[in-house]
Amino acid sequence: MMKFRFRRQGADPQREKLKQELFAFNKTVEHGFPNQPSALAFDPELRIMAIGTRSGAVKIYGAPGVEFTGLHRDTTTVTQMHFLPGQGRLLTLLDDSSLHLWEILHHDGCAHLEEALSFQPPSRPGFDGASGPPSLTRVTVVLLVAAGDMAALGTEGGSVFFLDVPTLTLLEGQTLGPDEVLRSVPDDYRCGKALGPVEALEGHLRDPTKILIGYSRGLLVIWNQAAQCADHIFLGNQQLESLCWERSGSTLVSSHSDGSYAIWSADTGSSPTTQPMVATTPYGPFPCKAINKILWRNCESGGHFIIFSGGMPRASYGDRHCVSVLQAETLVTLDFTSRIIDFFTVHSTRPEDEFDQPQALAVLLEEELVVLDLQTPGWPAVPAPYLAPLHSSAITCSAHVANVPAKLWARIVSAGEQQSPQPASTALSWPITGGRNLAQEPSQRGLLLTGHEDGTVRFWDASGVALRPLYKLSTAGLFQTDCEHADSLAQAAEDDWPPFRKVGCFDPYSDDPRLGVQKVVLCKYTAQMVVAGTAGQVLVLELSDVPSEQAVSVSSVDLLQDREGFTWKGHERLSPRTGPLPWPTGFQPRVLVQCLPPAAVTAVTLHAEWSLVAFGTSHGFGLFDYQRKCPVLARCTLHPNDSLAMEGPLSRVKSLKKSLRQSFRRIRKSRVSGKKRAANANSKLQEANAQLAEQACPHDVEMTPVQRRIEPRSADDSLSGVVRCLYFADTFLRDAAHHGPTMWAGTNSGSVFAYALEVPTAVAGGEKRPERAVEAVLGKEVQLMHRAPVVAIAVLDGRGRPLPEPYEASRDLAQAPDMQGGHAVLIASEEQFKVFTLPKVSAKTKFKLTAHEGCRVRKVALATFASVACEDYAETCLACLTNLGDVHVFSVPGLRPQVHYSCIRKEDISGIASCVFTRHGQGFYLISPSEFERFSLSARNITEPLCSLDISWPGDAARARYPTAT
Amino acid sequence: AKQTWSLPSQSFHSRTEFGAEFRRFSLERSKPGKFEEFYGLLQHVHKIPNVDVLVGYADIHGDLLPINNDDNYHKAVSTANPLLRIFIQKKEEADYSAFGTDTLIKKKNVLTNVLRPDNHRKKPHIVISLPQDFRPVSSIIDVDILPETHRRVRLYKYGTEKPLGFYIRDGSSVRVTPHGLEKVPGIFISRLVPGGLAQSTGLLAVNDEVLEVNGIEVSGKSLDQVTDMMIANSRNLIITVRPANQRNNVVRNSRTSGSSGQSTDNSLLGCPQQMEPSLEPEEEDSDDEDIVIEDNGVPQQIPRAVPNTESLESLTQIELNFESGQNGFLPSNEVSLAPVASGPSTEFETRAPDQKLLEEDGTIITL
Repeated sequence: MMKFRFRRQGADPQREKLKQELFAFNKTVEHGFPNQPSALAFDPELRIMAIGTRSGAVKIYGAPGVEFTGLHRDTTTVTQMHFLPGQGRLLTLLDDSSLHLWEILHHDGCAHLEEALSFQPPSRPGFDGASGPPSLTRVTVVLLVAAGDMAALGTEGGSVFFLDVPTLTLLEGQTLGPDEVLRSVPDDYRCGKALGPVEALEGHLRDPTKILIGYSRGLLVIWNQAAQCADHIFLGNQQLESLCWERSGSTLVSSHSDGSYAIWSADTGSSPTTQPMVATTPYGPFPCKAINKILWRNCESGGHFIIFSGGMPRASYGDRHCVSVLQAETLVTLDFTSRIIDFFTVHSTRPEDEFDQPQALAVLLEEELVVLDLQTPGWPAVPAPYLAPLHSSAITCSAHVANVPAKLWARIVSAGEQQSPQPASTALSWPITGGRNLAQEPSQRGLLLTGHEDGTVRFWDASGVALRPLYKLSTAGLFQTDCEHADSLAQAAEDDWPPFRKVGCFDPYSDDPRLGVQKVVLCKYTAQMVVAGTAGQVLVLELSDVPSEQAVSVSSVDLLQDREGFTWKGHERLSPRTGPLPWPTGFQPRVLVQCLPPAAVTAVTLHAEWSLVAFGTSHGFGLFDYQRKCPVLARCTLHPNDSLAMEGPLSRVKSLKKSLRQSFRRIRKSRVSGKKRAANANSKLQEANAQLAEQACPHDVEMTPVQRRIEPRSADDSLSGVVRCLYFADTFLRDAAHHGPTMWAGTNSGSVFAYALEVPTAVAGGEKRPERAVEAVLGKEVQLMHRAPVVAIAVLDGRGRPLPEPYEASRDLAQAPDMQGGHAVLIASEEQFKVFTLPKVSAKTKFKLTAHEGCRVRKVALATFASVACEDYAETCLACLTNLGDVHVFSVPGLRPQVHYSCIRKEDISGIASCVFTRHGQGFYLISPSEFERFSLSARNITEPLCSLDISWPGDAARARYPTAT
Repeated sequence: AKQTWSLPSQSFHSRTEFGAEFRRFSLERSKPGKFEEFYGLLQHVHKIPNVDVLVGYADIHGDLLPINNDDNYHKAVSTANPLLRIFIQKKEEADYSAFGTDTLIKKKNVLTNVLRPDNHRKKPHIVISLPQDFRPVSSIIDVDILPETHRRVRLYKYGTEKPLGFYIRDGSSVRVTPHGLEKVPGIFISRLVPGGLAQSTGLLAVNDEVLEVNGIEVSGKSLDQVTDMMIANSRNLIITVRPANQRNNVVRNSRTSGSSGQSTDNSLLGCPQQMEPSLEPEEEDSDDEDIVIEDNGVPQQIPRAVPNTESLESLTQIELNFESGQNGFLPSNEVSLAPVASGPSTEFETRAPDQKLLEEDGTIITL
C-alpha cells in the first residue's frame, strides 16, 4: 500500500526540477551517408553542397561540422536541386513537380535550414502544344537565370515556363511553347513530329539573356530571352540526354542516348547548323548505353576536360557504373560499385575568368560520395571528412568507447594514417569548405566501433558532429576463406580497355559470412581488444605501432563439455592460417580462441588487468587466460531439451527451403486440381455456390484476427542456453570480509552464474601478473523465476555506483569504488530490473517493466547524467530501450522510473537492434543501413551541429529589381 | 484394535496406531499447540521421523476424519471424549476412500480396511477431501467494488504442469463517452485451450473483453504489449474482464443502474484507479521469488533485503517452496499454510462451538 502511494504521488517538485536539469531528449545529428540519395547541388560561391533523398530530405554540407537538414512535408523524391549562388537559398524540385524554396536563416548566431515557399504547378487537363494554353504538366529540368531571380522550367510537353523565384509565382506571359520554336526550324526538319520533352536547359555565364534549350528529339536552340527569338538553331538528330555550354559560349556539347556525344560550334552565322564539329561514340563501335550527363571544362594549360557518366558498351560493360574523365589523350573510366546519381566539378564561376580551371570532381553515388582531385596528376581521390559510407560492408554490431585517452587516440589516428596512402602536401584538401563550425572543441574523445559482415572493425571519431573514419581493422587475413582465388582470377581477366579504375569503398559483398563480427570490446587503457565473430572465433588483439610478422596462438574451447546427444549441423569453424603472418601497424592479433561448436559468439567481455577474456555462445560460456594462453573454464548452459541450439542456424535454413518447396508443391497442386474442376461443369457450379456462401459471411474472415497465446515461458524453451551477457567485477561473492575477482554470466532463460576467480595479483609496479594458473569456482547461481533473458549485469559499490572499468580507478581516471559498504548486483532481464545485495543474496529493489508497461527490454546501459544547472552534480542512471522503441531512464539503485521518451518507431526493428548507449547519456541507432541517428538523453551532454554561414543575398533589393510580372 | 481410555478433564489421552503399532500418550487439552508440532510428536512417538504420513481421527459419530492443519487438529482435540483415537497411514499406501463423513455408517468395516489395506482395496480415485492438498487455481475477487458487468479473475499458476491456456486478440467494443457511443479498440479472449486452466475455471470465456491486467488498464496498449504483460504476470495473473455473456451476473440491488448493458462501459473509467491500491500490495508480495544456489548446491529462495510484514506473504510462495525442495527455509511457511485450509476449517467451526474456549486457555504439550 505504502509502496503504491509512493509510486503514484512521486511528483516531488524538487525532484521534478532536478529531473529537468538532468534529462532531456533530443535527436541531434545524423551521421553517415544519406540513404537513397536522389539529387545533388553545389554552390560555388558559398562552397556548400546539398544532397536530396528519395524520402524528401535535404542535407547541406560545408566544412566539417557544418551541416543543415531539412525535410519536405511530403516524403517525395527530390529530383533536382539548385542553389541560388551565394544566397544560402536552395530551390528543390520534387517528383510531384512541386518546387520548394529553402533558406538558411540565422537564429541566435546559429544557422538553420527552413522551407520558405513552395509552388505546386497548376494541373490542367489536356496536353502541351494541343489546343488551349500549354499546361505545366511535368517539370523535367530547371535552370536558374538572372542570378537566381528567375527560373526556367522545362516540361515534358516541350514548353519552357518562367518563374519568379523570390515569390515562387509563374510569369504567365513569358511561356515559350514548342510551336514558337518550331517556326524558326526548316520545314524538312519539322516533318510533323513534336520536339519532345525539354531535356536540357543551360544558361550563358556572361550573357544572362541567352538560354540554351535542348529537346529530346535532338533540336538545340539558343533562345534570346530579351529579343524573344531564336539566336541559333542546331538540327541534331540523335535523342538528346544532356547539354553543356562552354563558358565562352562558342562551343556546345550534347550527349545522346546511343552513347555518343557531339561538339557544336555556336559561332557560325545565323543559319541553322546541321552537322556538329565532332561526333564520337567513345566506347563504340558496338552499341553503347546512353551518356546521361556531360560536362565540358576548359583549362589554362590547354586541353579541356570532358567528363561524362554512362556510355559504356551495352553487351560487355552495360552493368558498370562509370564516369569517364577525358583530358586531351588521357582517359580514365572511374568504375564505381553503386549507381551514379549526379556529379559536379568545383571550378571558377566568376564570369570575368577565361578558364574554368576545374579543381575537383565530386560524384554522388547511391551509396557514397567520391571526390577526385583534378589538379594533381593521376587524379587521386580526396579523403572525405564526413559522409562516410558506414555500410561499405553491412554493420553487424557497434560499440561506443567514451573518454578515450589522448595517447591511445593518437596511436589509432597514426595507425589509420599509415593505412590509407597520404595525399601529397601539394594535393587538394577537401574542396567543400563553406560555413564555420561554431561548436566547441569536444571536451572528450569518443570512439564508435562498428563491426561488419566482412570481418572488419571500423573506428570512427564520434566526438563531434562529423563522424570521421579513423582506422579500419580487418580480421579476414587470419583465416583461409573460399573466395580469395576468385578475386585474383577476375582481376586477370579484365582487359586494358576501357581503362577502368576502381574508385570508392562501398563493397556490399562479403567473402564469407562466417567472418562477420558479432561483438567488439576495447580496453582503452591497455589498447587491447577482443573481436568475436559468427563462427565462434574470439580474437584478442593488441595495438602495435610497428608492423610485425608473427604467428597467432590458436586454442579451442569445447563449450559442450561432453554433453551427449547433440550434433552441430551449422557452419564449420574458420580455419586459421598457420605460421607467422605479416601484420601492418595497428591492432595485431595475439590469440585466437575458437569456441566449439562454432556457433556465433553472443557475449564477450575483457578484463585487461587480469588478462582474462570471457565469451559465450548459444551453448555455453568460457573463460580464457590470454597471458598464459590457456582456458580457465568452460560451462555448458544448454537445456537437455534444447535441440534447436545444437543444430545451428543452417538447419533452420533447410526447413525454410523445405517450406518453400512445400508451398511450390501446393501451388502446383492447386493448378492441377483447377484444371480438373474446369472439366466438370457440375462441380463448377458447386464451386461458385461455395464461393457465394463464403462471400455471404465476410465477418468470418474478420473473426480470424491475429491472436496471441498466453503462456508463461518454461525452462525448456528453445535457445534457453544462449549466453546473453558476461561481466567481470571485483566484489564480494563468498563472504563480506574479502572481495576479489568475479565473473558473471547471464543466459536467455534467466539464469545467472557467478564465479569467484583466483587471479594471481601482480607485483606492485609490475604490469603483468605472475605466471600462475587462474582458477574459477562457481560461487552462486541465481535463477530468475520469470525466466526472461538476462541482458545486463552490473555490480554497484557501497555508494550504489557502478564499479569502474578495469584500470580506471588505478589510473586515477575514476573515483575508486567504495569497498567498505555492502555491494549489490543489478540484474537486468528483458522484463525486470532487480538489485540484489552481496555477498548474501537478498532482493533489494526491483522494477517490473513488462508487468507494468507491457514492453520488453532491448538494450540497457548505465550512464552518468550531468546536471545543466550545477557543474559537478551528476547521477548514474539506467537507460533502457524497449521493444516499442521507447527510452526509459531509471534511478540506480532505487530503480525508480525517471523519464521516458519515444525514440524509434516500434516497427523499425533494425533500428532498435542497432541502438548503442554511451556512458554520458547519448546514443546511436541506425536509421538506414548507412546512417546513424545520434540522440541525447542528457540535458547537458548534447552533440549537435552549431554553425554559421556568411550569406549575402540581396533580399528585398532583388525583389525590387525584378518586380513580379502579372 | 481400538480401545478407549478415560482421562482426567484437564488433559486428554491420545491413542495412536500406526500399522499394527499402538501408542498411547496424553496431551494438554486446553493448549493443543499447532498441527506441525503434533505431527512431529506423532513421528517421534512412533519413531518414524522421516516418513510422510496421513493422520486421521475417529470423531464422535465414528467417522474417520483427517487431521492435517491447525483447524481440524483443534477440532479433533475438542472431540476427545476423553480419548482421541488417531490413525496414521503411510502416505504412499494411504487409502483415501477411508476418509469421509459417512464412511462408518455406510461401511462398518472401514477401520478394518484401514488396518488391512490389501484386503479389499478399491481402485485409487481422485482425492478431493484432503484440505491440505486444496490449492486455489482461480478466484473471483473484488466483487464488492467492481461494477456488476465486470469480473475480476485471479488465476494461480503452479509450475508448468497445466497451461494457463487462453488466447487473446484485437477487437473493438462500444463505450459510452462524453461524445456519445464510440467504437474503441479492445482486447478480447479469442480461444480457450481445452483442458487448460482458464477453461477449467469456468470464469473466462471466448469473446470476454479484457479490461485490466494486474490493475493496469489495457486500453491504448497493443496486443503484443498486453500479451507480454500477461505473461510477465502469469504466476499471479489478475485480469478484469467484461464477460461476453452478461446473463450470469448477480444483480446487486445496491447498483441496479442501467449500466449492465451488453457492452457499455461507462463505469470503467473511474474504477481501476480506485481499485489499484487494493491490488498493488498483493501484486508486490506474491512476487515470484528468485532462487539462488550458493556453493553448497542447495537452491534457496532469495529473501527480501528489507523485511516486510509476514502476514502479507501469500499463496504462491508455497508452490515455490515445493519447487525448491521443501527445505523449510521459508520462515513464513506455517503462516502461509493457514489461509489454504481456511475453507474447510469454517465447517469445523460450526460444529465446534467450544473451540474458542480451548484457544483461550494456555496449555502445554505433555508426553
